[in-house]
Amino acid sequence: MADQIFKAVILACTAFIGLVFLWILGEVVVKGISHLSFSFLFDAPVNSGRAGGIAPILVSTLMIIIVAVSVSVPLGLGVAVWLSEFTKQGQKFATSTRLTLDVLAGIPSIVYGLFGNAFFCIYLGLGFSILSGGLTLACMILPIFIRTCEMGLRTVNDSWRKGALALGMTRTAAIWHILLPSATPAIIAGLVLGIGRATAETAALIFTSGYVDRMPESFMDSGRALAVHIYDLSMNVTGGDHAAYATALTLIILIVFFNIMAQFMMDQWLGRKVLSS
Amino acid sequence: MFVNLKLVWLVTLLFFSSFSTTMAADNRLVITGSSTVAPLALEIAKLFENNNPGIRIDVQTGGSSRGINDARMGLANIGMVSRALKPAESDLTPFTIAMDGIGMIVHKSNNIKTLSNAQIIAIYKGKITNWKQLGGSDLAISVVNKAEGRSTLELFLKHFSLKNSQIKAHVVIGDNQQGIKTVSGTPGAIGYVSIGTAEYEEKQGTPIRLLPLAGVSASVRDGVFPLSRPLNLVTKGKPSLLAKRFIGFAQSAEVHGLVKNQFFVPLKP
Amino acid sequence: MALLKTSFLFLSSLKHQPDRTLSFFLAILAALSGLLLLLVILFLAKEAWPGLTNGGWRSFLTHKSWYPLEGMFGIFPMIWASLAMMFGAVLIAIPLGLSAAIVMRFYIPPTSLLAQAYRLILGLLAGIPSVVYGLWGLTVLVPLIGQLHPPGASLLAAILILALMILPTIALTALAALEAIPKTILSGAAALGMSQKGQILSVALPAARMGIIGGILLSMARALGETMAVLMVAGNVVQNPDSLFAPVRALTANIALEMAYATSFHRASLFASGLLLTFLVFLLSWFASRNMGNNHYG
Repeated sequence: MADQIFKAVILACTAFIGLVFLWILGEVVVKGISHLSFSFLFDAPVNSGRAGGIAPILVSTLMIIIVAVSVSVPLGLGVAVWLSEFTKQGQKFATSTRLTLDVLAGIPSIVYGLFGNAFFCIYLGLGFSILSGGLTLACMILPIFIRTCEMGLRTVNDSWRKGALALGMTRTAAIWHILLPSATPAIIAGLVLGIGRATAETAALIFTSGYVDRMPESFMDSGRALAVHIYDLSMNVTGGDHAAYATALTLIILIVFFNIMAQFMMDQWLGRKVLSS
Repeated sequence: MFVNLKLVWLVTLLFFSSFSTTMAADNRLVITGSSTVAPLALEIAKLFENNNPGIRIDVQTGGSSRGINDARMGLANIGMVSRALKPAESDLTPFTIAMDGIGMIVHKSNNIKTLSNAQIIAIYKGKITNWKQLGGSDLAISVVNKAEGRSTLELFLKHFSLKNSQIKAHVVIGDNQQGIKTVSGTPGAIGYVSIGTAEYEEKQGTPIRLLPLAGVSASVRDGVFPLSRPLNLVTKGKPSLLAKRFIGFAQSAEVHGLVKNQFFVPLKP
Repeated sequence: MALLKTSFLFLSSLKHQPDRTLSFFLAILAALSGLLLLLVILFLAKEAWPGLTNGGWRSFLTHKSWYPLEGMFGIFPMIWASLAMMFGAVLIAIPLGLSAAIVMRFYIPPTSLLAQAYRLILGLLAGIPSVVYGLWGLTVLVPLIGQLHPPGASLLAAILILALMILPTIALTALAALEAIPKTILSGAAALGMSQKGQILSVALPAARMGIIGGILLSMARALGETMAVLMVAGNVVQNPDSLFAPVRALTANIALEMAYATSFHRASLFASGLLLTFLVFLLSWFASRNMGNNHYG
């Protein structure tokens, strides 16, 4: 009986969440779909984005994500492996690294924006650029990614480690061929959370990758991100609501695409490893 | 594998940063500052780029104080400031490119037709808290105020001789559109926003209504508005040749269409 | 759970040269990421310095409220507001997020279309810009609350929006932790005749608690640091959060509202509040590490 009630309650909660989220998504879809068209994706914005499309903004966003992911994923995987496989319980350096990462995860994005502006744009001389924006985002998503990866690695069954050592594998080989592949779900979760946060970021990007809405020619060009465009259209540009919702819808489609891609790539890359080892 | 990736990145970073010193070239302008002016400046910049191939103008947003700071420090060639300069900022030279008026708005369902200055002051001080005290329906008043530092707030306070600590606000907003969205979603709300945008939203069917100020109906077309502010481009010292040309262009009649598109008031010739 | 604590070091020392190289190299990476925090804090401190020296810090503590134009910089009402929002949001999001994770792990087959769709929706929601949540809150939620108690922009609105925003993080991390529990543990519990509820509550959740608590921590920090959505729905009036319907201003919203316009002491004091936020997150993490004993931080 208690079992039944418990089940009913949590199923109801889950359904409720699903409904609220469908409501929000529905709102974006309904308000955005009429403005979304083929030319919206392939034209440059006209009249502050009220008319025209978002092509340069899409390109800038993709470039920013490429920078952020290619910096944070290798760095993050490395730190996560170190934390879970090469540190002892209670080791000072590891403990303080974890604490540091937790603090980094909690720093407000606007603070990252101000920091990125001062450090990457001005101190390192990268200026308002896609590179600055991507690096700032990499700092932001690094702690989240490390945390989820480390958790995934730690929950890998220990007999696998013992087995690998018994077979005379080096740890490096065991990590590469056994541990990373079996931590796949967590790595994907971390990647998806990270990319999601990167695409959704506004405050950190206004001050780093900037506001310019022309087509970027290199990673050193300033480029406006989708979320910045949505913010500007809905809060700063009168009469921009329709374009704002259409941009939000595009962003959602992009995130769906990333989720599926992340899943697919991890399956390909890590699935093969498990088989070959 | 990730060892190599990391290395590749370090190399790329160094490679790119070696280029960064070429930022301030003769054919390039950096303009930063007020988020109110930024969309307008961006449109003017695009037109200017079209007329002058090879020129690149990067417009960055961030707020009036950023415009002043960046122009001062030489981080930007031109700063954007959405108010008149203060005495402490006399080291900068302002060039006005447009005007912006401010008007009071209420929800469309509100049947109050006009408010005197004294009534507005009483509402903002929290002495009048219900529309029925002014002959309206029985509805609590939600006072919408702007955040400190915004030039519209400073203009409002000066016009009504108020201090911000005297105001009993229920909602404090940042950007203009947030004000319009807040008032249109709250039947008892009163707020102040940019007139041009309010006129546009009213026409689009957003449930808001502009109130006449002290008996004068504000309107962008007639250039009548008791509360107004200049939108400025500022430079430190003498502007460079290119900056001078751009400012001249931004003040010319050629951009009046762009100014109106952003719901601001062009300068009289 | 000895199982969760193990690492290679636990098993034996590093014998192979490539392992030692890798360990050394990875430790450098870890140090680099730690350095990042130092860099951020140094930068904040440098900018905040003019606001903290010459007794400036005293004004944050003694002034009653925040009116920078009149030289009043009392910061406490905003600290209370930020904390109230965070705890309120987490209180709502934890049971809901855990329910979603449990349902996806135990009640619907993971390969079913429903489970896939639900997971996709959660992934999506983690990636929707906060400004879209803010827009939804401003145009749908705030007017709804406003009918109950005008003006609607309130602590309650902020709590609800934040709860929605952190739900996906809690649910996804909890799900990943639940999925990583070895099947043998659960089948052992089932063999002992435990009901499914018993298995979930007394075996699965405790076994996955490190991941779950990690996710909750992440989301608490996110709630504390969220800016745009809170700015749009909370009302932003600087006052103590004495009722759910009171409009309040969060520390982050304050930075976003005023940073672009602030100069000199005002600007420095905004950076000081950024430093304070970082310190609050540090306290939160430290407190959690203390309470989680051996499991998380060793």
